[in-house]
Amino acid sequence: MSEGLVTVSYIASTILFILSLGGLSNPETSRRGNYYGIAGMAIAVLATVLGPKVTSVVPVIIAMLIGGSIGLTAAKRVQMTQMPELVALMHSLVGLAAVLIGFASYLDSSVHFTGVEKTIHEVEIYIGILIGAVTFSGSVIAFGKLSGKISGKPLLLPGRHMINLVGLLAVIWFCNLFLNVESGGAGMLFLIVMTAIALAFGVHMVMAIGGADMPVVVSMLNSYSGWAASATGFMLSNDLLIVTGALVGSSGAILSYIMCRAMNRNFFSVIAGGFGTSGGTVVATDGQPQGEVQPISAEETAELMRNASRIIIVPGYGMAVAQAQHTVFEITKTLRDRGIDVHFAIHPVAGRMPGHMNVLLAEAKVPYDIVAEMEEINEDFPETDLAMVIGANDIVNPAAQEDPNSPIAGMPVLEVWKAKTSIVMKRSMASGYAGVDNPLFYKENNRMLFGDAKKMLDEVLTALRAG
Amino acid sequence: MRIGIPKELHAGEKRVATTPDVAARLIKLGFDVAIEQGAGASADLADDVFRAAGVEVLPDAASLWAQSDIVLKVRGPAQHPGADEFALMREGGTLISFLWPAQNPAAMEQLAARKATVLAMDSVPRISRAQKADALSSMANIAGYRAVIEAAQNFGRFFTGQVTAAGKVPPAKVFVIGAGVAGLAAIGAANGLGAIVRATDTRPEVGDQIKSLGAEFVPVEYVEEGTGVGGYAKVMSEGYQRAQREMIARQCKECDVVITTALIPGKPAPKLITAEMVASMQPGSVIVDLAAEQGGNCELTVPGEVVERHGVRIVAYTDLPSRMARQSSQLYATNLLRLIEELCPGKDGNIVVNMEDEMIRGATVVKDGEITWPPPPPKLSAAPPGGKPAAAIAPPPPPKPLIPKSVQPLVVLGAGALALAWLGSVAPPAFMAHFMVFVLACFVGYMVIWNVTPALHTPLMSVTNAISSIIAIGALIQISAPGFLMTLLAGVALILTTINMAGGFAVTQRMLRMFRRSE
Repeated sequence: MSEGLVTVSYIASTILFILSLGGLSNPETSRRGNYYGIAGMAIAVLATVLGPKVTSVVPVIIAMLIGGSIGLTAAKRVQMTQMPELVALMHSLVGLAAVLIGFASYLDSSVHFTGVEKTIHEVEIYIGILIGAVTFSGSVIAFGKLSGKISGKPLLLPGRHMINLVGLLAVIWFCNLFLNVESGGAGMLFLIVMTAIALAFGVHMVMAIGGADMPVVVSMLNSYSGWAASATGFMLSNDLLIVTGALVGSSGAILSYIMCRAMNRNFFSVIAGGFGTSGGTVVATDGQPQGEVQPISAEETAELMRNASRIIIVPGYGMAVAQAQHTVFEITKTLRDRGIDVHFAIHPVAGRMPGHMNVLLAEAKVPYDIVAEMEEINEDFPETDLAMVIGANDIVNPAAQEDPNSPIAGMPVLEVWKAKTSIVMKRSMASGYAGVDNPLFYKENNRMLFGDAKKMLDEVLTALRAG
Repeated sequence: MRIGIPKELHAGEKRVATTPDVAARLIKLGFDVAIEQGAGASADLADDVFRAAGVEVLPDAASLWAQSDIVLKVRGPAQHPGADEFALMREGGTLISFLWPAQNPAAMEQLAARKATVLAMDSVPRISRAQKADALSSMANIAGYRAVIEAAQNFGRFFTGQVTAAGKVPPAKVFVIGAGVAGLAAIGAANGLGAIVRATDTRPEVGDQIKSLGAEFVPVEYVEEGTGVGGYAKVMSEGYQRAQREMIARQCKECDVVITTALIPGKPAPKLITAEMVASMQPGSVIVDLAAEQGGNCELTVPGEVVERHGVRIVAYTDLPSRMARQSSQLYATNLLRLIEELCPGKDGNIVVNMEDEMIRGATVVKDGEITWPPPPPKLSAAPPGGKPAAAIAPPPPPKPLIPKSVQPLVVLGAGALALAWLGSVAPPAFMAHFMVFVLACFVGYMVIWNVTPALHTPLMSVTNAISSIIAIGALIQISAPGFLMTLLAGVALILTTINMAGGFAVTQRMLRMFRRSE
């Protein structure tokens, strides 16, 4: 295949990638979108393999067979509740690949640059490895946090901003040294030192971010993996890599921005980390909610549901942890068969990654047209008989609106307390990830259904079917 | 322990302190339950239904009182002709019923003499947690509803307005004085019948509750806060009372039905409707006086009877809940059940009178023969008096930005343009070509992603993740380069990216297949 044909193939696959992302604008076209993505990828890989730059096909086939079978097995085995971990883990692979390719590119003796071009090429290598390393170590930590292997609590080293700043300056300093070396050996040393710093930086950055901010972290790492691909494209002078990396990078950046807006937080304050530690003490001083919580039994919950004509269910991370989405669907079906209007309200940051709840509900076969976003449904709560909160806390906390001193003040929340009755399902009275007490629990029209979400919902379902 | 429910002996009392449903729940809690033969008959609850629920039916009161550790009743014990309930009471037994300790000191003494433990349902504190056992509210709810039914019974016209072929009928105007539980229930019932409802209360904060039930709130035009301790009303000043009288007099002239529910704890009911006001009403109008037992809110009330004065019927039944015995028995029995649940935390059929528990402490008026009434004042009232709502706090003004907001985008644009200009002046043309592609791709991504529906954010992430394995191209280009180390590095990179590529697309496909529309 000639150079020209390869380029044409690259153009085709770029267009297919753009169509792929565009297809996701709507659940109806989304599957087609994914096929476009697969087609684009297949064309790009085939064109490269058949192109002039690849001479030995055997190692390619071996590597792709190994990788492909591992990937397909993982995709088949993973449970939908583990999606955030899987996505984080996959980001780390891209990061690591970028690092390896960067090193390989530096070692590559077949390309020669001089003057400014050499400098630019080396800067590209340097930046590519930097981004790749941060993506890799950050994603590994995010994976650990999401899968519970590492505590979700933010780890805050003293002077952590200082550490980051020193790390950044060191990276720039080593870049300068790296560009000024003549022979390959010393340059390699600087590259390795910089990689170590970048790895440490990635670990430190994600360790400092609390569990509630994980949606932002996951989408941010997604963005990084794109930029890493783009940087690799620059260093290999490959437009396809540049374009595709930029598409992925900007999509991740926008998702991060959407998540931050949903929490009314500045992107940089999330990345700087540490949320959830100062919260506990601030609240204890004045905004302490008073009063009694009123527990309710599963039978009484079923009774309330039967007598309601409009119900809104608000799922949160607790539903994912308890794997309760199938029971939720059974309850929804039973209620809808009785002519009761049931909707779901999804807060943008519910769960541990963007759109997490939607995927779980979809897995349980909840039709997507009764699943509404926060802005669509928030004003419907006053006309709702029953708001059912399943394992969510901060996203239904009225303190965000009522208490200007609250750490979550100004964050948009689902106004469940405006419904005639609200029921909160929780394992205990512990506060959410933000470490903020929730005055909702003490409201007169709120009831608490304590226990494991799956077990309690099973009981509710039994009672519903019996009555 | 055994719970016994005797037949109520008070003349005209039709309620009973348990129902078969509630008895079954009590048995589940581990208690034995027994009733006196015919105890539920006047509430349409036959003995057989009780038997079916697992309740033992005992032939007479004497054996029931003798065998029961805990006796549940509606009315407090009294000396009835032929049966002295105090004497029947077992030494050291437990009694739960209405008692009104303030009005019945003699009964308290007699119960104390029997070494009894007594929980008075009228003394359950008004705290949120105890609402489920608040029998006064349950009974007041029924009384309010029944008051409207009695009014309709005695009123010679429709409540709802109608336009018929035989002419137009105006809707009845109902005025409710006092918007406590009974008043609110009356508002709801009258509204349900189609009447125009107005209501007043000395506590201005109940105005919203009145409006929420579809009635018009008629405030007293006089500035004084009327909420007493525990969410009840208090006695008002002279000036306020004058303003209130004028307002009520005006409403009486206009309205067809007046329902009064004004009570002040421990005091005779305030006389809000004078004889002149009654005389000013339209003939055929109806007054239902729910305060009749405490002397009545109307001067002309005859407690327990229906009288006609100045052409106005004044209904002053004191047994409205008993007139709906089935309903009130059920609610009262459930209130008792809730209290017993609190008393029996182990669900083992044994009760523990825990005087540390605010709810139980408030209800317990005699403990092992010692009078423990009145309880210390409740720690937290139902409506904290004098507390201004915290909503008035103004949000802090946003900090003034260093650069005015309108200029900010310009500054960003300017900085960006400068940076690009610098880059363009130093970088070689080959780099700039790539750079242009890069910037354009960023914009395309930006435009496309905004259209993605939030529900698909997770599939979006996994598909973009899969697409980012395009980095495989980099590995492919290098894999054929000379040198074993190069091939190894590129090979490993290729394996990693292929895992990502295959896994990412497959898992996205799996997810997207799940999104479906409702049939």
